Amino acid sequence: MPMNPTRKRRLIIVALVVAAAAVAVGLGVYALQQNMNYLLTPSQVQSGQASSYKTFRLGGMVKAGSIQRSKDSLQVTFTVVDASGTMPVEYTGILPDLFRDDQSVIATGHMDNARFIATEVLAKHDETYMPKELKDAMAKAHANKKVEAGAAQGDMP
Amino acid sequence: MTPELGQLALILALLLALAQGILPLIGAWRGNRALMAVARPAAAGQAVFVALAFGILVWAFVHFDFSVRYVAENSNLALPWYYRIAAVWGAHEGSLLLWIFILNVWTVALATFSQKLPEVFAARVLAVMGLIAVGFLAFIIFTSDPFGRLLPMPGDGGDLNPVLQDPGMTFHPPVLYTGYVGFSVAFAFSIAALLGGELEQAWVRWARPWTNVAWAFLTCGIVAGSWWAYAELGWGGWWFWDPVENASFMPWLVGLALIHAQAVTEKRGSLRAWTILLSIFAFSLSLLGTFLVRSGVLTSVHAFASDPRRGVFILAFLTIVVGGSLLLYALRAPKVAGGKAFKLLSRETVLLIGNLMFAVAAAMVLLGTLFPLVGDALNMGRISVGPPYFGFLFPLLMLPVVLLLPFGPFLRWGKGDTTVLKQVLMRAGIAAAACAIVAAFFVDGQPKAIAGVASLVWLGVGVGLYALKRWREMPAGRRYPAEMAGMLLAHLGVGVFVAGVLITESLSVTSDVRMAPGQTQHIAGYEFRFDGVHQTTGPNWRADQGVVTVTRGSNLVAVMHPQKRTYLRGQVQTESAVDAGLFRDLYVALGEPMDTANIEGAWSLRLYYKPFVRWIWGGGLLMMLGGFICAADKRFRIKRIVESEAVEGLLVQETRA
Repeated sequence: MPMNPTRKRRLIIVALVVAAAAVAVGLGVYALQQNMNYLLTPSQVQSGQASSYKTFRLGGMVKAGSIQRSKDSLQVTFTVVDASGTMPVEYTGILPDLFRDDQSVIATGHMDNARFIATEVLAKHDETYMPKELKDAMAKAHANKKVEAGAAQGDMP
Repeated sequence: MTPELGQLALILALLLALAQGILPLIGAWRGNRALMAVARPAAAGQAVFVALAFGILVWAFVHFDFSVRYVAENSNLALPWYYRIAAVWGAHEGSLLLWIFILNVWTVALATFSQKLPEVFAARVLAVMGLIAVGFLAFIIFTSDPFGRLLPMPGDGGDLNPVLQDPGMTFHPPVLYTGYVGFSVAFAFSIAALLGGELEQAWVRWARPWTNVAWAFLTCGIVAGSWWAYAELGWGGWWFWDPVENASFMPWLVGLALIHAQAVTEKRGSLRAWTILLSIFAFSLSLLGTFLVRSGVLTSVHAFASDPRRGVFILAFLTIVVGGSLLLYALRAPKVAGGKAFKLLSRETVLLIGNLMFAVAAAMVLLGTLFPLVGDALNMGRISVGPPYFGFLFPLLMLPVVLLLPFGPFLRWGKGDTTVLKQVLMRAGIAAAACAIVAAFFVDGQPKAIAGVASLVWLGVGVGLYALKRWREMPAGRRYPAEMAGMLLAHLGVGVFVAGVLITESLSVTSDVRMAPGQTQHIAGYEFRFDGVHQTTGPNWRADQGVVTVTRGSNLVAVMHPQKRTYLRGQVQTESAVDAGLFRDLYVALGEPMDTANIEGAWSLRLYYKPFVRWIWGGGLLMMLGGFICAADKRFRIKRIVESEAVEGLLVQETRA
């Protein structure tokens, strides 16, 4: 059947739209894959779950008394804990307003040997929803253990 | 005044909204004019009661009525009166009340100005507005009562989130909501058109200014929010692709597409179905945005668990609005479709490409924003989608828009011709290329900054060429009708915005440093001297206030006072100091004392040099202004009077018959 001009034009348009959609979906999926960040707790990291991710987010509580500032630079080290795991974190820069002992935090970064090098640290006030998410993650990691009462309380805004 | 009166007023408003939503629809269906006439008085009555409820809540805040739970949770004795009023919309319940209040303002305006519309159509439009109000009022009354009592009454309340205690934040939510809610008008028009099975071009013309105004308000709200984030959060960023920001950005993108699609439909009658679809999506995304921001649906699905009724209600409401209107669309859209055909090279095509890009961008943002929900549902663990996803895809999608934008106005409706396009391409292209080369020397060859300058020149020259063409070809007084002036201004705004974004992103100098009193830092030719920290107090906070003196050569540029505030309830909040300028901002924020026992000693500080950062908001404001000016076009009004005469003539005939 010979195509009339209108039908031919329509076909071209449909083909173009489909092609554009395919490119868009491809790019979208690619970008999404590159930028998905998983939230893990120290014990999940210690059980080896982080090995497949280059960068991820580490969530937990700042261990009391673990914050150590360098004398001559902005480098800070502290320990993030959950109910059964601990993870030393190193960060260079300015910490958020509410960063302190026993505060729930989420750090984005990567592992370097047994130490987590953070590029960004958030405390609960920066993203009000973070703690809840964190609480869930911590609860999931310790389905059978009770999340410490202190942790649960610290999460409530 | 007792808060229970507020509750009662809301219930009465709900009953009136039911009347406004149902009776006129039946009237329009049965041709019963008495029932159709219910719409206006019901809308007015509903507005009165909602205003009353809103006023009572304001009164409770102003008079420290801590027996009201919402007041007790969000204010205290030390909070200044202006923040107590702002606290009305500082949390979930009150912000919903503000939403419904603004919806009523729009509805009353619509009822007042729609006298000239055909009776049946106006009745349907107002009824749809009434149905939306039913949903929101029911949501407030059954799940989010702002007037709930707290017994025994506490002696003092909690506090308004200190992040919100900022003048910018006082205006941001009402303005943003005015934009969100404004899309309900276009939505109501579309639903009414679908119900009636026809969409007259004249009605679209009539709806255009409403959409423009709504979009302009939304633009203003987003700009205010962005500026606030910059000034208040202390990170010096202006956009974070945060779910809350995305929630307002999606309706903005779809609204932008809608404005342009409406222009096509009004002028040429084509793209009707697309215009209707966009109206539905713009409003649906506004609803989604409202709920996402306040209810925490998105960021934690488990917020549902804390109050399951709320989550279920939201889901049901969204399903009814989105599903119902899409179903109606599927059934009726073929009936309303039509309009003139257009060639591949025409203004319609360019607008359509722009439309597609905006729609795809909105879909892309939606995907990135809701993906954590999907991930959680599929048990993929706790996922978040990082800013690079948006930062990579969004510019990519907007590139064709920026490239095509100068050509749009030059193309004719229906069928354009290539000679004028080649001219524009040559002139604007050469200007952009020349400026890019010159700029390359000033910006150290930073590709992003060069691209920023080139896009500004490309868009600016494009807009300028068209303005020149109008100046030459049209007689005085008819050169720039408001609609055209608004369009040119908004398009220029795009150029200013893009330049601001690209230049700031590439040339900003940010430096987190440790400074002892008396130390200086050199940043981008400025000397920042840290003069130590002292204590100061405000109405409901005390603060460590730093003094930073900025000099350039031997000239004093600014003395800046960044603060670290501690509010009554112990919340800590950084107040950054900004020295603003047309071409650069200097930005200082206090980090933390190196030794907490000695706050007069060394501190960590953030020092930023941000060139052209104001252009980002300047561009946004130009776009907003364009929207408002466009809406003021006489054409939208004169035609209305002409039509109204025709309609009135008809009515007279009817009554005589």
